[in-house]
Amino acid sequence: MQTSHDTGTIRLPIGSDTDLAWVRQQVRQAAAELGFGLVQQTKLVTAVSELARNTLIHGGGGQVEMTVLHQGPVLGLRLAFTDDGPGIRDIEQAMTDGYTTGSGLGMGLSGAKRLVQEFGIDSRPGGGTTITVAAWATGLPHPRAEDG
Amino acid sequence: MTGSRRAHPSRVPVLALGATLLITLQGELHDSMAEQLQEDLTHRIAHSPVTGVVIDISGVDIVDSFLGRVLAEIASHARLMAARTILAGMRPAVAITLVELGLTLPGLPTALDVERALAMFEHGPCPDPPHPRRANHADLP
Repeated sequence: MQTSHDTGTIRLPIGSDTDLAWVRQQVRQAAAELGFGLVQQTKLVTAVSELARNTLIHGGGGQVEMTVLHQGPVLGLRLAFTDDGPGIRDIEQAMTDGYTTGSGLGMGLSGAKRLVQEFGIDSRPGGGTTITVAAWATGLPHPRAEDG
Repeated sequence: MTGSRRAHPSRVPVLALGATLLITLQGELHDSMAEQLQEDLTHRIAHSPVTGVVIDISGVDIVDSFLGRVLAEIASHARLMAARTILAGMRPAVAITLVELGLTLPGLPTALDVERALAMFEHGPCPDPPHPRRANHADLP
């Protein structure tokens, strides 16, 4: 399986709304190169936009690390959003539809989770937050939101 | 890397067509531009005889919950100032993603393109009301 180039892992800063736009652009480009379909790209970039904004607004800025995944012939992208912000006190509550501490509609985290195939949060009060998601460029069926 | 970033204009142009304002959103919309647009529009509606607003999003790659909130708020502001808002030209991939995200923008009438949106202002007495079939959890508070 040939890829256009070996990207390995790249890091992008998230410190302003210009950075948000840049991150969205980079992820869309990477996803397109890996063979994501248009709907898959749109879902992933939308999830990325939610999570990057989360890092910016709630985490006070941070970074995202983008890694190309190979699982046999299937290619994917893993994105890890990291900040050193106040952390999430109640992850279950933060994952609830409609829950918001900011200016959005409270669909950010829960909505983003529905748009990707893998989703994980590592956070503790005062200890920052890392949210990791992965999506695969494939028409093959993937288990959706397995119970954890 | 910084050199390849496109400098972004700070304002979204607002075009007046008679009593209708046409806003064309395109490509990467920065949060600050969206917020500026919201403010500009509210002033335009207040200071001119505007009865309709068409927001063309056919050139928009993604609508996330932030942009969704801005669009819903623009429609609410316009409605309070006696103007109707129609969202035109949403791409299929964006519609699919929005539903999965849980954002169905109730209360914001849509049209497939700008032409049809303008026709709705000319002919239709009232756009379709929000779908009453089931309660939506993405309703604005």
